[in-house]
Amino acid sequence: MQMLEEYRTKSYRNDLRPPVDANLVKDKTAIVGIGQTAYSRNAERDELDLACEAIKKAVDDAGLTMADIDGLEALTLDRVSMPTLIGSLGIENLRFTSEVSFGGGGACALVMHAAAAVATGAANYVVVYRALNEASGHRYGRGDGYAEYLTAAPTLHYGYYFPYGFLTPLSWAAMYTKRWMHEYGIKLEDTGWYSVVLREYAQNNPDAIFYGKPLTIEGFHESPMISAPLRLYDCCVDTDGAAAVIVTTADRAKDMPHAPVYIAAAAQSSPIETEIQTSYNRPIVAGLPETWYVGQELYRQSGLGPADIDVAQLYDPFSYGAMIQLEELGFCGPGECVDFCLGGDRIRVDGDLPLNTSGGLLSEAYIHGVNLVTEAVRQLRGTAYNQVADAETAIVTAGPGLPTSGLILRK
Amino acid sequence: MPLEYVPGIPILRPYVDPDNKPFWDAVDRHEFVLQRCSNCDVFLQPPRPMCPHCLSMDSLEWVPSAGRGEVYSFVVFEADRMAYPGMKIPYVVVLVEMEEGVRLTANIIDSEPDEVYIGMPVEVTYNSPMEGLTLYQFKKRAS
Repeated sequence: MQMLEEYRTKSYRNDLRPPVDANLVKDKTAIVGIGQTAYSRNAERDELDLACEAIKKAVDDAGLTMADIDGLEALTLDRVSMPTLIGSLGIENLRFTSEVSFGGGGACALVMHAAAAVATGAANYVVVYRALNEASGHRYGRGDGYAEYLTAAPTLHYGYYFPYGFLTPLSWAAMYTKRWMHEYGIKLEDTGWYSVVLREYAQNNPDAIFYGKPLTIEGFHESPMISAPLRLYDCCVDTDGAAAVIVTTADRAKDMPHAPVYIAAAAQSSPIETEIQTSYNRPIVAGLPETWYVGQELYRQSGLGPADIDVAQLYDPFSYGAMIQLEELGFCGPGECVDFCLGGDRIRVDGDLPLNTSGGLLSEAYIHGVNLVTEAVRQLRGTAYNQVADAETAIVTAGPGLPTSGLILRK
Repeated sequence: MPLEYVPGIPILRPYVDPDNKPFWDAVDRHEFVLQRCSNCDVFLQPPRPMCPHCLSMDSLEWVPSAGRGEVYSFVVFEADRMAYPGMKIPYVVVLVEMEEGVRLTANIIDSEPDEVYIGMPVEVTYNSPMEGLTLYQFKKRAS
């Protein structure tokens, strides 16, 4: 397949993938409001309740009223009933709703679809939200819940995994990570710095689940091996909470309380033979081609390159899932991401590439990546707990190893 | 320790639809077949209704396979939170690159976790975790 040959040689084929004719999103749409609930391990509230709070806060943050909101954008797997939510929020002027597939891979696509809606005149103010009781409710990451409600694998490709006790995202990721480590000769003793630096960020972020709970490199290496080569502190933190973002046109954004955060590029990608985290029949298993394609498209749309990015928020379901993205997005070469993170200085707030500055999904919260979008907005507003000096551009990605999405945001 | 199941907890069944029914029907008979596009001479896994290379819908056929391959990667399930409760830990899931080029996952049923390595020669075998369910599995073979 040409598509994968393109990835193998890391040369994006403009002839195969011409730019879109008219990009109505780039620089013409913006994020103008953000909101979130407390992030916790047990909210003792349902997801509808959490969604209402996060959305109300985002509307307030944007200086709007609920009467201004005319669009809603959610993930297909969000458990909040959208009609019930609309009723609770008292939205009467709704004229656009949309849902995005692919779980965490859709996190940035939520913003992209909202931006497409406002850019094309389907709505003026679209709310993007994600609410989940991942810690106290159904724990997607665990293997022991399925026996209670499934008798068979839910899709054709899972039918080759579930009967063999191979049914959790972390184990699916361990499969490609092990191959990646084998191909690049990665040593386990060099790993861990990604997790340590994210935990450092969380110590300055009172909203983070791991606030007040620092982690040393020794503590990382003493943490239990969950699914070799992945340790407990390679994994994201199951969270109860919600986050919301409001998207509108650049014209409307000019007169709002906060300086607009413009969408400089937005894209989705699903290279051939991409499954939901089990893409084992691509010629290359030791990599994340969907992230490479998203990155190429984002750079082309925005006219920016890796050297122009001031801060990165890369979806981290587990540490390697984010680190390998550093390679795919051009911040380091293939097989170099563990070295890039060694000692941690490059990814700290004053480093070459401050990374997941709220603590990310590992140490702040797992709000399915929407909390990475809110952190990118804070960085570009200059209001982050770990503020990167003079941050003007941010890259945000969604879940790796499945059909994914990404954004470049700018001041 | 060979693969062991926990009595009383059903093993999740494969998802069977018209595209892959010939595969699982063959497994029931302890036969191993793979889907191939006769136009392109390319094997396809997972099975599908259309060849993604030539877009033909009537060139797809099921061909017998010797079921031989090598371990391409593997995962050892050591922690309860990752494992399926119907299977005793530790158990191993191997990703095997078949001689035909496609890769399939299954358990390795006759090897200790520390015996398994990338490049290990394996071949298809079969087991029956519960009444009415037959699965293909892998076992070690001489290279």
